Amino acid sequence: MGRFIVRRLLYMIVVILVVSFITFGLMHAIPGGPFSREKALPAETIRILNERYHLDELLWKQYVSYVYAVLIPHVTTTPPTTSLQDDFMVNAQIGSVWFRWMNFGPSFKSRSRTVNDIFRDNLPISAQLGTMALIIAIVIGLPLGILAALKQNTVWDYLGMGLAIFGVSVPVIVLGPIFVWVFGVALKWFPPVGWGAQPPYILGFLPSNIGWDFFKYAIMPSIALGLGSSAVIARLTRATLLQTVREDYIRTARAKGLPERAIIVRHALKNSMIPVVTILGPLFAALVTGTFVTELMFGIPGMGKYFVTSITNRDYPVIMGTILLYAVFLVVANLLVDITYAFLDPRIRYD
Amino acid sequence: MAQVKPESKTFGGSGGMPLTQKRGSLFRDAFGRLIKNRAAVLGGSLIILIILMAVFAPLIAIKSYEVQVLVDQNVVPEWITKVFPTMKPYARISNDYPLGADYVGRDLFSRILYGARVSLAVAFIGPLISLIIGVIYGSISGYFGGRVDNIMMRIVDILYAFPSLLFIILMLAFFRSTITHIQPGTPAYALSKLDEAMGGLFFIFVGIGLTAWETMARLTRGQVLSIREKEFVEAAHTIGASNLRIMFRHILPNILGPLIVTETLAIPGYISTEAFLSFIGLGVNPPTPSWGAMISDGATAIRSYPNQTILPALALAITMFAFNFLGDGLRDALDPRLRGTQ
Repeated sequence: MGRFIVRRLLYMIVVILVVSFITFGLMHAIPGGPFSREKALPAETIRILNERYHLDELLWKQYVSYVYAVLIPHVTTTPPTTSLQDDFMVNAQIGSVWFRWMNFGPSFKSRSRTVNDIFRDNLPISAQLGTMALIIAIVIGLPLGILAALKQNTVWDYLGMGLAIFGVSVPVIVLGPIFVWVFGVALKWFPPVGWGAQPPYILGFLPSNIGWDFFKYAIMPSIALGLGSSAVIARLTRATLLQTVREDYIRTARAKGLPERAIIVRHALKNSMIPVVTILGPLFAALVTGTFVTELMFGIPGMGKYFVTSITNRDYPVIMGTILLYAVFLVVANLLVDITYAFLDPRIRYD
Repeated sequence: MAQVKPESKTFGGSGGMPLTQKRGSLFRDAFGRLIKNRAAVLGGSLIILIILMAVFAPLIAIKSYEVQVLVDQNVVPEWITKVFPTMKPYARISNDYPLGADYVGRDLFSRILYGARVSLAVAFIGPLISLIIGVIYGSISGYFGGRVDNIMMRIVDILYAFPSLLFIILMLAFFRSTITHIQPGTPAYALSKLDEAMGGLFFIFVGIGLTAWETMARLTRGQVLSIREKEFVEAAHTIGASNLRIMFRHILPNILGPLIVTETLAIPGYISTEAFLSFIGLGVNPPTPSWGAMISDGATAIRSYPNQTILPALALAITMFAFNFLGDGLRDALDPRLRGTQ
C-alpha cells in the first residue's frame, strides 16, 4: 500500500507537470497578450510592463521559473514582504528559517491582487458550494438507490428511477433559472442571487455563520448542482445492490438466520459501495466544473467568474493557477478513491 | 454479444441460411425489444419530432430569428403572463409572438426552433467524432497489446486527468481568438471560414471531439482485449486473414453493441456541453440561436422576463430527456443483461 501511494504521488507530479506544460503552451499560443487593448498602449509602456512581469524572457525560461515558483518549496531566512511578486500560499516559520511554497504570481488584470489572494477570497466559496452539492448528491442519491433496490418494482423503485432520469436530463443551466424564478422570484422562499457565507472560514472553507443566514443562499444552488450527481449515485447504488443481494454469501447470511437489517447493512451494502466509490472521482470532476455555471447562474462570488474572464483577459497567472488547482483536485480525488477501494475490498492489492 | 459470431455460423450453416440474415436477426430482435419499451418509444418519437421541427423550421417559424424589432423588446403574449404571474403588472402584451420576444425584439419561438438545429447537430456529430477517433485508437491499443498498449493507455490516462471541460474552454478560447489573426490562404484560414459558415459549430465539434474519444478508446480497448482471445479470431488468423480484416470483419461487429449504447447515453452530455459553452460565450457565434446562449442572454433579466430563460431551458431539458430515454431503451434492448445498470 505504501509503495502504491508513493508511486501514485510520483505519477501525480508527472500529470500536473504535463497539464501545466499544455496549459502554458496553449495560453501563449493564443494571439494577443494581457496588455493588448482596443486602443493600443504605447510601445514603451508595453515594454516596461512586459519587463516587470518577465514576459520579455524566452518562453521556456518563463515556464521554468513558473514551475520553480509554484512547485519547489523555498527555504530562506528572509521574512515575507508585501510585494505582489512575493506572495506565497504556504508561509511557515521554523526558528529563524522560513519555509515558503506555491507562489502563483500577481494577477495581470486586478493589479492589486495576486492569484493567491483570489484563491484565499474566492476559493472557499466555491468549496462551500461544491461540498454542499456533494453532500446533497450523497444524501439524496444513496438512500434513494438503496430503497429502489430493496423494494424493486414498487412505487419507490419507479420514483427513484424517475428522479434518476430527471437528474441526468436536467443540467444546472436548466434547473438554475427555474429555481431562481420559482423559489426566488415567485414564491420568495430564498433570495434569488448571492451568497451568505461570512469569513473568517474555519478549516479554510467552513463559514463562521453556519445557520439560516448561510443556508438560505446555499440551498438552491447546491440542489441545482447536486441533483444530477445524486441521480448518478442512485442508479449505480440500485444496480450494484441488486446484483449483490443475489450473491451466495447473502444467501448464506440469510440461511444462518441473521436479521435482514444486518444482512443489508453489513454484507450487501458494504460490498456494493465499491462501484459507487469509483464514480465519486468523475462525479467530483463534474461538480467542480459545474460550480462555474452555478456560480454564474446564482451570482455567487466564487472562482467561476475568474476562470472564464481570465482566459478572455489573457491573465496568464490566473489561467495557470486555476487550471493547476483543479487538476490537483481531480488527481487527489482519484487517488483518494483508489485508496478507499483497498479499505472496502481487501482483495484489491496494489503491489 | 460476444458469442454471436460462432453461433450464427453453426446455426446458419446447418439451417442452410445465408450468414448475413442470421446476424441481421440479432438487431431485429433488439429492435423488437426496443419498440416494446414505452419510454424508449416516447424518447424516439420526441427526437423524430424535434428533428422534423428543426428541418422544417423555416416553414414553421412565422418570424425571422435574427431580425431585431426594437419596438417589440421584451413583449409577451397574453398566455405567458398567466403562466408567469409575476410579470402581470409591467408586461407589454403583443400576441404576434407565440412565446414573446427577447431583449432586442427577436421572436423567441423561432429562435428556439432554430436552436434545435445546433443541439441536434452536436447530438449527432459529437458521437460520430468520438466513435471514429476512440474506436481506431482503442482497437489499435487493444489489438496489438504489450508495449504499444501500455504507452497508448498511459497517454489516455494523462489526458483523463486533464479536466476535460477546462480543456475544451481553453481550446475554444484559442480557436476563437486565433481566427481573427490568420492570413488568408493557409489551411487554418480555410478552417476558420468553415467555422464561420457553420455559425461557430465547427470548433465546438473539434472541442468535443478532442476530449470525448478518451472514454470510447478505453471501452473499445477493453472489448477488443476480451474478443481477440476468442476461437473465431484465432481461426481467422490460421486461415491467414490480415490484421485489418480481422479487426473490421471479426472484432468490430462483435463490440458494436456496447459502443452504440455508451455513445447514445453520452449524447445528453454533448448537448449540455454545447449549451454550457454557448452559455459562457465560447459557443456558437451570434446571431445563430443556441439554447445555451438564449439561457445566458435571458438570465440577466430572469426576474423581470422569466420566459426568455425558462422556455429555452425547457427545450433543452426535453431534448435531453428524449435522448436519455432512447439510450436507456437501446441498452436494455441490445444487452438485456445490463438492464438497470450504469
